[in-house]
Amino acid sequence: MRCLLGAGAVLVWAASPAMAATVQDVGAHAEAPPTDYISLLFVFMLATFIGLGIIVRVSRLLHTPLMSLTNAISAIAVVGSILVTGRDHPPLITLLGVIALFASMTNIVSGFLITDRMLKMFKKEPGK
Amino acid sequence: MTVTHLVQLLYLLSTGLFIFALHWMNDPRTARRGVIAGVAAMAVAIVGTLMFPGLVNWQWLAVGAVLGVVVGVPLSWVPLTAVPQRTALSHAFGGLAAGLVGTAEYYLWVGGEPEMLTPFRVFAIVAEIILGFLTFTGSLMAAGKLQEVKWIPQRPVTYPFQNLGNFLMLGLAVACGIGLIVKPVEFSFLFPVIIALALIFGVLLIIPIGGADMPTVIALLNSYAGLSAVAMGFVLDNKLLITAGALDGSSGLILSIIMCKAMNRSFTNVLFGAFGQVQAKAAGGEQKLVKQETPEGAAQIMEQANTVVIVPGYGMAVAQAQHRVRELYDQLTKRGVDVRFAIHPVAGRMPGHMNVLLAETEIPYDHLVEMDDINPDLPQADVVLVIGANDVVNPAARHDKSSPIFGMPIIDADKAHMCFAIKRSMNPGFAGIDNELYTADHTYMLFGDAKGVVGELVKSLSASGTH
Repeated sequence: MRCLLGAGAVLVWAASPAMAATVQDVGAHAEAPPTDYISLLFVFMLATFIGLGIIVRVSRLLHTPLMSLTNAISAIAVVGSILVTGRDHPPLITLLGVIALFASMTNIVSGFLITDRMLKMFKKEPGK
Repeated sequence: MTVTHLVQLLYLLSTGLFIFALHWMNDPRTARRGVIAGVAAMAVAIVGTLMFPGLVNWQWLAVGAVLGVVVGVPLSWVPLTAVPQRTALSHAFGGLAAGLVGTAEYYLWVGGEPEMLTPFRVFAIVAEIILGFLTFTGSLMAAGKLQEVKWIPQRPVTYPFQNLGNFLMLGLAVACGIGLIVKPVEFSFLFPVIIALALIFGVLLIIPIGGADMPTVIALLNSYAGLSAVAMGFVLDNKLLITAGALDGSSGLILSIIMCKAMNRSFTNVLFGAFGQVQAKAAGGEQKLVKQETPEGAAQIMEQANTVVIVPGYGMAVAQAQHRVRELYDQLTKRGVDVRFAIHPVAGRMPGHMNVLLAETEIPYDHLVEMDDINPDLPQADVVLVIGANDVVNPAARHDKSSPIFGMPIIDADKAHMCFAIKRSMNPGFAGIDNELYTADHTYMLFGDAKGVVGELVKSLSASGTH
C-alpha cells in the first residue's frame, strides 16, 4: 500500500508540468522553454524509490518472468526511436532510428509474449 | 487542450500502468494481470508518441515496427532452458536502441541546433551512449557465453593488469565525455571515440566472468539497460522514459543485490574478482571415500520415505531433466510421499531459473520452496535428492573459513537423514572446490547424466507398482 501511495506522488510530479502548461496557455509558436532539469531529477528519484519498493515485494518464484517483463518495459526506448525515425531528418539519422525502433519493438513483442508464456505455467496444486 | 498536453497525459497514464504491472508481479495469481497492464502501458506510450507533431516518415516507422515484430515473435518461442540467453540478448537490443538514439540526437544537434547542447544535455547523452553501447556488447558476450558459442571462452579469462586496464579505459571514456561537455561542437571528434571505448569496455567487462556469476551479471545489465533509457529521458526531456527506465533500473539493482547476498559476495567482487578459476587445492587432506548407490536402491529408499526434498541446480537445466523430475514427483506423490523442492536463489543461470523450469512441467508452485523457508525443515527430511547442484549444498560454506564459498548461504542438504546426489562425475563444481557433502556418512552418489538417472529412478518406481 505504501508503495502505491508513493506511486501517486510520482504521478502528481510527472503531471505537474502538463497542468502548469495548461494554466499558462503556452502559445504554439513560443520559444521552447528551457529544460526543467530539477523536476526531471525529482521524477527520476521518486520513480526509483517506487521501483525499489515494488520490486522487493515481487514473489521470488517470479524473478525470471520479472526480468523479461522489465526487458519489455525498458523497451520504452521505443519512444525515442519513433521520434528519431519519424521526423524529417537526413537518411543516415533515419537509418539509426529504424535500427533502434527495430531493436525496441523486438524487445516489446518478445518480452511481453515470453513473460505471459512463463506466467501461464505457474499453477497451484489443484483443490488447494 | 493542445496535442502536447494530451501526449503528456497519455504518458502519465502509461507510467501508472507500468507501476501496476510490476506491482501485480508480487503474487503468481495476479501476475498475468501485470502483463496486461504492461502491454496497455506500452500501447498508450506508443500511441501518445505517434501523436507528436512533425512525424512524417511513416513508411520507415512501419518498416522498423514490422521487422521488430517479425523477429520478436519467434524470440518468444525459445525453450525455457534458453531463457537466460534470450534475456541477455534483449538487454543487448535495449542498450543498442538507447545508444543509437543518443548518437542520432547528438549529430542532429551538432549539425542544426548547437544551442540545444547544454552541459546537462551533453552529460545525459554521454551517459546514454556509454551505458547503451557497453550494455550492447556486454550483453552480447553474456548471451554468447550462455549459449556456449564456440569462439567465446566459457571459463573466465584473466590477464595481468586486467582491472587496471578496464578502469583506465572507462576513465578515458569519461574524460572524453567531460571534454565533450565543455566544447560539445568543437570536440565532436571525441564522440566516436567514446562509442568505441564503450563498445570495447562492454566486452572486457564480461570476459572475466564465469558461468555461475551470470545471474548477477544479467541482473546488472538489466539495470544498465534501464538506466540508459533514463538517460535518454533526460536528453529528450521526456518523463515517461525516466519513470519506465527507473523502474527497470531499480528492478535490475534489487535482483543483483539478492544474487550477491545469496553468494555472500559484493558487487565489486563479482565484477572484478574473476571467480571460478581453478583454486589451488588445500595441501594434504586424506582421500575420503565416496559411496555409490544404484538408482533401484535409491528408488526403494525414496518410496519408503515420508518426506523427500529435491534440490535442483544448473545440471538439471543442462540435462533438460525437468520433465523426468516431474515424473519422479508424480510417482512419489502417488505413494503419499511429501515431495518439495528447495530452491537456492542462485541455482541456474538467471534469477528464478529453476522455478520457471519446474513450473513448465506443471509442478504446483506451492511445492517450490525458497532456501530460507525450507532449511528449518531439512533436519526432519528423510531423503534429500540433489540434482545437478553443487556449491549451493556444500557444507564447507558454513564452517570452512579457507573455502572460497565460506559464508555463502546454502541449502542444508547434509542435515537430512539421508542424501542422494546425482552427478556426472566427481569433478568439483564451478568454484573448483571439493564438496564435503559427497563424502558425508549418509550421502550416496548416483553417477550419470541427470536426465538418465532420474529416468532410471522413475522406471524402478513404476515397475514396483503402487502399494
